[in-house]
Amino acid sequence: MTAFKTLSEKPWIWSFLGMIAIWAATAIYTGGKGSADVITAALSFATFTAIVGVGQMFVIATGPGNVDLSIPSTIALSGAVAMKVMDGSNAMLPVGAAASLGCGLAVGVLNYLLIRVLRIPPIIATLSSSFLILSTAIAYGRGLKIKPPPLLAEFTTAQVWGLPVLALFFAVFAFGMSVVLNRTIYGRSVLAIGQNMRAARLAGIKVERTRFLTYALSAVLAATCGFLLAGFSGGASLNMGQEYLLGSIAVVVIGGTSVAGGKANLPGILGASMFMFLLVTMLNTFGASAGVRLVMTGLIIVAVITIAGGEDAQS
Amino acid sequence: MNADRLEIVTLQGVARRFGAVRALDGVDLSVLRGQCLGLVGHNGAGKSTLMNVLAGTLNADRGVLRIGDAEVQGFSAAVAKANGIRCVFQELSLCPNLTVAENTRIFHAALSGRGWRGRAKALIRAKLDEIFPGHGIDPGDMVGDLSIGKRQIVEIACAFTQTETPLRLVILDEPTSSLDAVTSKQLLEFVRKEVDGGLACILISHVLGEVLDYADEIVVMKDGLIVAQDDAATFTRARLVEAMGNVAKAADKDVEARRVIRGNAPVVVQANAGAALTAHQGEIVGLAGLAGHGQTKLLLDIFEATGSKRLATRVEGPVAFVAGDRQTDGVFHRWSISANVGVRSLRRMVRRGVIDPVAEAVMGDEWQRKINIKTPDMGSNILSLSGGNQQKALFARALASDAQIILMDDPMRGVDFGTKLEVYEIIRQEAARGRTFLWYSTETEELHNCDHIYVFRDGAIVADMSNAELTEEKILSHSFQETA
Amino acid sequence: MWRQVTSPRVLRAILPAASFVILLAAIFYVQPRAMSYFGMNLMLQYTVPIALATIAQMFIITVNDLDLSIGAFVGLTACIGATLLADSPLLGVLALLACVGAYAALGALIYWRNLPSIVVTLGMSFVWLGGAVLILPTPGGTAPGWVKAIMGLKTPVVPFPIIATLVIGISVHLVLMRSSYGTVLRGVGGNPRAVKRAGWSLLKAKMVMYAAAGFFGVLSGLSLIGLTSAADAHIADRYTLYAIAGVILGGGEFVGGRVSPIGAIIGALTLALTGSFLTFLRISPDWQIGAQGGILILVLALRALIKRQEG
Repeated sequence: MTAFKTLSEKPWIWSFLGMIAIWAATAIYTGGKGSADVITAALSFATFTAIVGVGQMFVIATGPGNVDLSIPSTIALSGAVAMKVMDGSNAMLPVGAAASLGCGLAVGVLNYLLIRVLRIPPIIATLSSSFLILSTAIAYGRGLKIKPPPLLAEFTTAQVWGLPVLALFFAVFAFGMSVVLNRTIYGRSVLAIGQNMRAARLAGIKVERTRFLTYALSAVLAATCGFLLAGFSGGASLNMGQEYLLGSIAVVVIGGTSVAGGKANLPGILGASMFMFLLVTMLNTFGASAGVRLVMTGLIIVAVITIAGGEDAQS
Repeated sequence: MNADRLEIVTLQGVARRFGAVRALDGVDLSVLRGQCLGLVGHNGAGKSTLMNVLAGTLNADRGVLRIGDAEVQGFSAAVAKANGIRCVFQELSLCPNLTVAENTRIFHAALSGRGWRGRAKALIRAKLDEIFPGHGIDPGDMVGDLSIGKRQIVEIACAFTQTETPLRLVILDEPTSSLDAVTSKQLLEFVRKEVDGGLACILISHVLGEVLDYADEIVVMKDGLIVAQDDAATFTRARLVEAMGNVAKAADKDVEARRVIRGNAPVVVQANAGAALTAHQGEIVGLAGLAGHGQTKLLLDIFEATGSKRLATRVEGPVAFVAGDRQTDGVFHRWSISANVGVRSLRRMVRRGVIDPVAEAVMGDEWQRKINIKTPDMGSNILSLSGGNQQKALFARALASDAQIILMDDPMRGVDFGTKLEVYEIIRQEAARGRTFLWYSTETEELHNCDHIYVFRDGAIVADMSNAELTEEKILSHSFQETA
Repeated sequence: MWRQVTSPRVLRAILPAASFVILLAAIFYVQPRAMSYFGMNLMLQYTVPIALATIAQMFIITVNDLDLSIGAFVGLTACIGATLLADSPLLGVLALLACVGAYAALGALIYWRNLPSIVVTLGMSFVWLGGAVLILPTPGGTAPGWVKAIMGLKTPVVPFPIIATLVIGISVHLVLMRSSYGTVLRGVGGNPRAVKRAGWSLLKAKMVMYAAAGFFGVLSGLSLIGLTSAADAHIADRYTLYAIAGVILGGGEFVGGRVSPIGAIIGALTLALTGSFLTFLRISPDWQIGAQGGILILVLALRALIKRQEG
């Protein structure tokens, strides 16, 4: 009982245990062949999921009803804009990055204004803005087949000692965000609002400023993901953000962040991102079809939320 | 089978606790056919708990409940309903997205099948016309579009409608709180008529005139007990007020020692609720009256007005809020005690851009000592504390902050006596250091700690008095309306 | 008189219909040829499946939840319809019934564990999609003849899609808005505590609403393959967004059980027409989805404005 309690206080442990179990199962099945390569690939792909997962985590931590559904379209827009601005030239790299981040900021501002001024629930606000953003991306990126600047492509695919450089950079960033979450006024405000918005306001917390920053952060991270992803996969495509809608929410939930708000967990996102990728790899190795993979992914998410959500229902 | 017995419901030794608070402490009561029972008492006397027990929405910890002469085990809302017991709660329990007739249907399982809508309309219209002639409500009106008063009218009328089970007992909790004088009178006359026809009714009201005029028998409650019960005719207004009040006066000798002369210090809060409210620096200002009569709203207005220059409300200096409803307004349930104390003072804990956990722990420990929060570890979860100690943590949050003005929203609800005394002492010390307290309290004894008291009724200030003028009778007399 | 017309409540009630009429008028102005039996039929043919999906979403919104999987679910039922139902009707019917049952179970799970419906349904969208891919790995299959026959009906004078959506709207209106148990179901959205206190089972209400949503999802999938003849797992991916937008355009609220079946139908029609309108204006199809988002925001903005007026 006490052991269970100690473990449940560290919810990220589950995602890491799951990750290791799945990796081990795959390794045993293949007789250890290529296990190291699997890890390298997982680190690369998981990094993208984790980047948007961090933004989504801050949004979800601000309480029930807060979800950013505009992440996929922001990824698409940011990728398209960045590719077009840079036009494959290394010299334009900083401009492209700035344009991409600018897209993210604009989306964040738009989302927040819809929530604040029109008083629309965040789900619907981000949903309707995603319509607009996606259209902009489609119209702007029509027939877009621009290769990313070589430097960007190199950077996003580079490895040192079998570890993707991007993953290393992200690890540093994740550590920073973990500090932001737990040790800054902003992070504390997010967690306080997520527990009880009314109490937070009465405790003198700047609720509106915090919510704005949170939606802006999520959009900017989605834009960053779009920028890097376009470099990684050799150009932007309009549906490259699609899988990150469920992906971002799934890693947040599996990583031990409470959907009831007020409790967030950054390490869990890293474990969960790896877990999600390795799960697909494992099912692939076992020869499962695309359909089975999808069904399994969905069922695992529902199972995790059912187990993790029950605790919140009681309190 | 109950028709030949007089008692409809009988309670024997019924008790109910909420944490440390004894809301009901062994109550014996029977309600008879053809009787209107008036129930009065000050805040927290146990009226609402008693009602909820009768309506089956709360279970008693011990005691016996009889319907007719049969003892009932596992009493519930459904059993109450099946036995013809209805209750009009103070909080509105209608669905705002449905029409008046549709809400009637929710209430009656029997209203179904072909033509149910017509029957529901006829049923509620007839009852509305009977109780409130000239009500101006159509059964097709959406409840959400009606004014609060009209919603209450609908709810009352709905409670008196009958389909399958005959009506035996109707409990009305402050039924006239949102009604004007004319509709109140219509309701009370109707209740009187029904009671004369054999119905039983429990009438809870803060308008003493209503109870005196319309009840057959009056029950006075205090501290979870029935302290007086007699024929209505034997009561007078004065006797009721006296019975509700505290016999033993709070010892307030040491309070007298620190009486400041009002008006010498600068004004720090200037607000308005029907009449002006002023608080000077270093003053403890009490907001009195019955619960929910506008005190919390005024405190929230003052909180919101901080920093902004609104004409009506002026606030000089940083403000902190001490919640009374801990769970909804105060406590961050996922955090440690230290984090809960420190949340109002995060800005001061930032070292090199990040919050210093040491500073937070130091602040926690310092206030644990100062205010005596009983816990082995300030790092453990806030919910591990008893209610009173959670409240102390919320006090510590306000007192540890830079706030010069502290708003207290009846913070002593459900706090034990020892803790109260400790906190009173701290409040007096802090006031002596120049902090200003605006203190809404529903406990009259507590108001003796205040330098100046404003009494609220129906959302407005109806009286103000200095500490020297304060008596419990005065507060009660201003809190309860003179006439119906 | 004028005051009455401009009262917030009336404004809010006529907003959906007004947006529809204005859009229709604009289409006829830009493209007078659309004002014909054939033109209307062409413009509105896809409203039937969209309207059915919108109604499904409306049931979920009535009980204060949101379904982010309805598009994938419609895709799954379309795939079942184009394969199992066509090849072995009994098995097909059983599979579709199981789908409805799964929805009811989902409602029970969400109520029992007090789960956020968005996360659960988002997870389920993968399950539905996976199921569809398993049944129909590559686009294809054939819709059963009778489904095609119904959807291809040539009704006299008034085009079939208009009649069909009207029939759907009115029948759902009768069940949800006029029946006695429908009232209880809406009450669950308005004030669950009061409904519970009156002795109704909230679990049952949630299951009924989810099952109804599943049923209409099945209808939507079948009507869709009736139009396209073949199916594809991704055939209805956009329906999730359409369905939410349709309910909102039709005057529904996200919480509080304030919904309107007729309004939802009008909302679905408005969305379908937006596409045609933009085509007639020679605006590139790129902007179609954006325009739908824009209209959604516009309507919500208007509603926020009216609400402020209400005070």
